[in-house]
Amino acid sequence: MLEIKQLVKKYNTGDLAINGVDLKVKKGQVMALIGPSGAGKSTLIRCVNRLENPTSGEIWLNGENIVKMRSGKLRRARRNMGMIFQEYALVERLTVMENVLSGRLGYVGFWRSFLRKFPQSDINAAFGLLEKVGLDTMVNKRADELSGGQRQRVGIARALIQKPDILLVDEPTASLDPKTSRQIMRLITELCEENQLAAIINIHDVALAQMYAERIVGLREGSIVYDGPPDDLKPDVLTEIYGKEDWTAVRKRKPKKKMSIEEDPTTEEHMEEMQ
Amino acid sequence: MTDIPTNPPDPGASGQQTSTFPANWSPPPFIKNPLLRWGLLLGLILYLFLSIGSLDVNWHRIYVGLDRGAKFVYGFMNPNFAGRWTDISEGMIESLVMTVTSTAIGIAISIPIGFGAARNLAPLPVYLFCRGIIALSRSFQEIIVAILFVAIFGFGPLAGVLTLSFATIGFLSKLLAEDIESIDKSQAEAVKATGSAWWQWLNYGIQPQVMPRLIGLSLYRLDINFRESAVVGLVGAGGIGATLNTAFDRYEYDTAAAILILIIGIVMLSEYISGYIRTGVQ
Repeated sequence: MLEIKQLVKKYNTGDLAINGVDLKVKKGQVMALIGPSGAGKSTLIRCVNRLENPTSGEIWLNGENIVKMRSGKLRRARRNMGMIFQEYALVERLTVMENVLSGRLGYVGFWRSFLRKFPQSDINAAFGLLEKVGLDTMVNKRADELSGGQRQRVGIARALIQKPDILLVDEPTASLDPKTSRQIMRLITELCEENQLAAIINIHDVALAQMYAERIVGLREGSIVYDGPPDDLKPDVLTEIYGKEDWTAVRKRKPKKKMSIEEDPTTEEHMEEMQ
Repeated sequence: MTDIPTNPPDPGASGQQTSTFPANWSPPPFIKNPLLRWGLLLGLILYLFLSIGSLDVNWHRIYVGLDRGAKFVYGFMNPNFAGRWTDISEGMIESLVMTVTSTAIGIAISIPIGFGAARNLAPLPVYLFCRGIIALSRSFQEIIVAILFVAIFGFGPLAGVLTLSFATIGFLSKLLAEDIESIDKSQAEAVKATGSAWWQWLNYGIQPQVMPRLIGLSLYRLDINFRESAVVGLVGAGGIGATLNTAFDRYEYDTAAAILILIIGIVMLSEYISGYIRTGVQ
C-alpha cells in the first residue's frame, strides 16, 4: 500500500538525513521505526506526508506518487495519512472537539469549518472516537487544560477521524510516563487492528517497540540496517543500529527532553534503552 | 559499547584541587581595556558638564514669565468645566469618534498586512511589500503625518482619523507579524497534515495562537489612539486637541485644565478597562 523507493533527503545545510531508503508497508501492518537520534526517522515520516520535501526518490501511496503531487492533490493525499506527534501538537487554544474535528478539514469547505458547522456525521464520529479514547467528558475543555496522556489521546482521535489508510506516528511516547506510554501504544495498535490501518511508529523505546509492533525497521544514518520481526532484535543487532559511538553526525532535529545524552555526545544512547 | 567515557572525576581528586582555585571571582568587565573603560566614563561626565554649560539660559525672560506661569498654575487649581462645556463635550465626542473609527480601520488593514509581513507565512515579495508599508508607517511621527493630511484634506477630524489609522497600521501589523513569526510551528504543522486548505490552516493552525495577542494589542492601540487624538488636534486635525489649542490661545487656562483633567481621566479609565480585558483573554 505504501511503497518508498530510493528516498533521499538532503537538507539545505548539506546534511544527508535519508540516504536511499526502500520500504514497503502492507495494509494493516504496524511497523516500528527505531534508530538513534538524527538517524532520519522523523524526516522519513515527514517526507511521506510532505511536511518535508524529499530531495529524490518516490513515495507511492495507493498507486499514486506523493513526491510528484502539487497542492490540491497533495491535500487530498494527506487526508489518507493520519499523523500523531511527539509533543501532541494540539492547537492549544482550541477545544478538544475542535482539535478532533480539525482532522476533517480536508473534507469540509472553508465556511463550514470557519463557522464550526461540521456535518453531523463528522460530529458523531468525533464523539465516538472521544468515547473510545476515554475523553467523552472533556469535549469542551481547551486542549491546554489536559494532561500529556489526555492530549495524546486527542491527537490520536484527530488522526483517526481522517479515516486514513496509514498512521504516521512520531515518537508518541517520548513525553509520557512509562504507564501512559504503554496505554498510548496499546491504544494505537488496537485502533490500527480494528480499522485495518497501517502504521509507521517512530520510537526511541526499543522495549515498547518490541512489545507492540509486528515489524521493526532499524535506521542508521539515513539507511535501513535492520528489517525484521521484533524477536530477532538481539543486542548485536542493536549495536548495528545504534552504532558504536558516532553521535557527531547529528542531523537537523529539535532538542529532545532526554538530558544526559545532549550533554555528552559520546555517551551511548541505547545504554538506557536496552536495560 | 567499549569506550564509555569516565568524565565525572572521582570526588577524591577534586578535593585535592581546592587549593589551586583562585581566591575570589568577579564578573569580567564589559569593556576589557581599563584605560578605555575609565576614559569613556570620564569623557561622558565631562561632556555632560560642557553641554549644560553651553545652554543659554535667559534668567530675565524666566523672571518675566513667572507671572504668566503663576496664572497658569492658578488656572489649573480652578478647572472650569462649565464655561465652555459645549465646546469641550463636542471636542471630546469628536475625539472618541476619531479614536474608535481610526482603530477599527487600522485593525482591519493591519491584519492582512501583519500576516503578509510574517516571514513564515508570506512569500518574499509579499513579505517585503508589507514590511515596506510597516517601515513607512513607523518612520513618521503622528504629528508630521497629521500636518501632511491636514494640508491635503483640510482642517477637521478626517485628517485626524487618517493619521491615526496610518499610525495604527505600523504599530499593529509589526507586532502581529512578530507574534505570528514566533508561533508554535508544530501546532500549525499538525493542522496542515490533516489535508486542510490554506485558509483553513490559517483559521485553525495560526489564528488561535495569535488571537489573544491581537486582542490585547488592539485594545492597547485604542488607548494610544485616544491620547494621540488629543495631540493631532493641536495641528488642526480635529478632536479635543483642537479645543485644547483654542483654550490656550484664548489664555483660558481654567478651561484648558478642565480638558486636561478629562483626558487624563478617560485615558486612565480606558487603560484600566483594557488591562482588565487583556488579562481575561490570555
